[in-house]
Amino acid sequence: MATAAPGTVALALRDVSKTFGQVVALRSGSLTVTAGSIHALVGENGAGKSTMVKIIAGLYRADSGSYELFGEPVDFRTTAEAKDAGVAVIYQEPTLFPDLSVTENLFMGRQPRNRFGRIDRKAMDTEARALFARLGVVIDPERPADGLSIADQQIIEIAKAISLDARVLIMDEPTAALSGVEVERLMTIARALRDEGRALVFISHRFDEVFSLCDTITVMRDGSYVSTDRIEDVTVEDVVRRLVGREVGNLYPKQDAEIGEVVLEIEGLSRAGVFHDVDLQVRRGEIVGLAGLVGAGRSEIMQAAFGVDPYDSGTVKVAGKVVPPNDPAAAIRLGLALVPEDRRKHGLVLESTLTQNITMAIRRRLSRGGLLTSGAENATARDWAARLEVKASTLDTLAGTLSGGNQQKVVLAKWLSTQPDVLIVDEPTRGIDVGTKAEVHRLLSTLAGEGLAVVMISSELPEVLGMADRVVVVHEGRITAELSRDEATPEAVMFAATNTAAATDTAATSTSAATSTHGASA
Amino acid sequence: MSTAAPPAPTAPPTPQAPSIGARARKVLQARETGIILAFLVVLAVTTAINPSFLFSTDGWRDLFLTPSILVVLAVGQAIVIITRSVDLSQGSVLGLVAYATGRMFVDTGLPLVVVLLLGILLGVGLGLINGALVAFAKVPALVITLGTLYVYRGIMMSWAGSDRINASDIPRDLLSFGTSSILGIPSLAWISFLVLGVGAYLMGRTRGGREMYAIGSDPDAATLYGLKKTQRTLVAFAASGGLAGLAGVMYVARYGTISSGAGLGIEFEAVGAAVIGGVAIFGGSGTIFGAAVGAYLLMTINRGLPILGIQDFWQRAVVGLLIIAAIVLDKVLRERQHKKLLAERDAA
Repeated sequence: MATAAPGTVALALRDVSKTFGQVVALRSGSLTVTAGSIHALVGENGAGKSTMVKIIAGLYRADSGSYELFGEPVDFRTTAEAKDAGVAVIYQEPTLFPDLSVTENLFMGRQPRNRFGRIDRKAMDTEARALFARLGVVIDPERPADGLSIADQQIIEIAKAISLDARVLIMDEPTAALSGVEVERLMTIARALRDEGRALVFISHRFDEVFSLCDTITVMRDGSYVSTDRIEDVTVEDVVRRLVGREVGNLYPKQDAEIGEVVLEIEGLSRAGVFHDVDLQVRRGEIVGLAGLVGAGRSEIMQAAFGVDPYDSGTVKVAGKVVPPNDPAAAIRLGLALVPEDRRKHGLVLESTLTQNITMAIRRRLSRGGLLTSGAENATARDWAARLEVKASTLDTLAGTLSGGNQQKVVLAKWLSTQPDVLIVDEPTRGIDVGTKAEVHRLLSTLAGEGLAVVMISSELPEVLGMADRVVVVHEGRITAELSRDEATPEAVMFAATNTAAATDTAATSTSAATSTHGASA
Repeated sequence: MSTAAPPAPTAPPTPQAPSIGARARKVLQARETGIILAFLVVLAVTTAINPSFLFSTDGWRDLFLTPSILVVLAVGQAIVIITRSVDLSQGSVLGLVAYATGRMFVDTGLPLVVVLLLGILLGVGLGLINGALVAFAKVPALVITLGTLYVYRGIMMSWAGSDRINASDIPRDLLSFGTSSILGIPSLAWISFLVLGVGAYLMGRTRGGREMYAIGSDPDAATLYGLKKTQRTLVAFAASGGLAGLAGVMYVARYGTISSGAGLGIEFEAVGAAVIGGVAIFGGSGTIFGAAVGAYLLMTINRGLPILGIQDFWQRAVVGLLIIAAIVLDKVLRERQHKKLLAERDAA
């Protein structure tokens, strides 16, 4: 494919917006990328980067704003249209077909064919092997994609994009789960692609990578465009200031709580391929932040402890009593509560009223002689809705019509009504506006102050650092660090979350790469 | 691949194409091999008890003739199941097409071939209705085709009333084709082989077929890949309907007599054949060949059990157990494979 001369504007988005129901995912996104350049796009989680990427990829259509490719206005309705126009996207979470072979995953939808329409398996196999050889990785192209590590899945996504010969290549946190060597390799490839005149967008939270790889940087915050600069004109401090745009203190009203005895005790919890030898203790009044990269296994660990997911070995105890595996009802009785990551799918019955949702977990207790009266339900629900300041016109409002923040409060109310000893919250403020976020944080802090043990899984680093008394970092299913509030710096957490130096078999070879890529921030 | 190759930091060995031994092991481990073995065991045991089961003109003919209609249905069913749907209306489509074909012979003077083609086209149309409802209304195929199972059967019953088509209404050429043999194998079986060959080729070796596997394996990933999900769903159901239509035409050729009960409940045998043959009910895996072998195993067991002296009730129970066993086996194998792959990853 012919690539444009360096300097031509390849990709231009102006004032693009996208709303989902009541949630504004992208307020006003702008991005201008020139050919022959690697453009960094940075912003906190929830800043709208991923939404913008999905608009570029044709997965979402923008509600407003303009989108141009090489000067031509475009409006992709499907990902296929974007692909045909030369846009390749490597997503944060790789999406492969588990039943199909690696080769088939690479070429799905565009397999080489002979003139009778028959897929040329030999050509496909040869090209797959050539691609992996070029990337310098050993992956059997004939094995099924099922069971590949995130790093390997990412490599396949990258191989796919390279073989697509895309003019515009967007990488949404491609290095998040890669080891030092793999990151170096990716950066070498990225530079080679840039030198051929392609336009690259690189999304990353690791500033050392951004500053060593990219030539231009665009900052986003709260769904809006903030700034675009040449990389040599800004410092990491400048970028961080624009990124956060506010004092971290206001958002995280952490109050001091008296830390009591151990309530939740997890010992040697393992599940093949998901998590290994997890030990975790949480005390009364304590907020433990579970940090790590997306897909590190944090949610899976807590879901296993709660009994939703199975585990192979290990024990979970609440206040000294063993929680039986695979039995969430028993876990609830023993004082565990879990606010799930996907509140619409797992936290709420969207078609039910606010009252019914709040009393969902305590129906047995509210019922008299097996009958549940709406009076008893409403009384309880009114109480909790008021305590958590749920903003809804009536208690009969359907949960699905509430805003994200209010939905989260309803889920919290549901679990708090069970009077738990341990509250597990998974991404408690995802997709919630800044104001309500602070309310949720204040609530968690108050609860801890009242003696509740809180486990908070969060991918938002500022949230973890602002809220947690102790930060436990998970990498590929293992706990790689346990940091006190004072030790928990962004660098320390990110280092443990990417765990470059500790990678067992590549330790020797990756040390030099790790120090060069991460040394700057450590 | 016009891009300049950046130097790899360390050059790991390029994995080579697997050896002949590895390929042979793959064949031996394939699900289809197990089903073929089961089929041969049933055949051998039954023949040992009653040699005429295989070594007689009738036995030899029935071996191929009995499964031929089911093979055609199972191929269509497998295509739909691979895309993570199911087509329960196959039996009703078969019945409706068979009756419509008979009526055309009785009421019109259209040439034989035209009538047969119209019959198959009717099947395609009925399948497209299923596909459109599934693809556009986004209702699970189980519900949609359960509905059309009754609707199509209802249309046929109100059309036919107590009336039925008799062999005397059917052109002699068609009936004699239905009982004819080529090279010692019944003509209808040859048709089923042709369907099997074309189906296996399309699903295994063309983009459209592989995309159906992909859609069944992970529908969300298919969206991200930009695969034409709606179109593929429509095609899958049209294929299943068209093949059910062809099965209806074959039914006419074989039996001549068409009552309102034609093809009643045969969709469940088709689902059973596909599942026994290793087509995973949750989509994305299995082969057309496996489904066809499943049909052979199912029909041969059906014929063999009376010879083994097993009562009618138990015959159905055996088939049911076979289906359950196949699904459980699938699940166990899948989980074992998944665990094995994960364990390899942990070890690495």
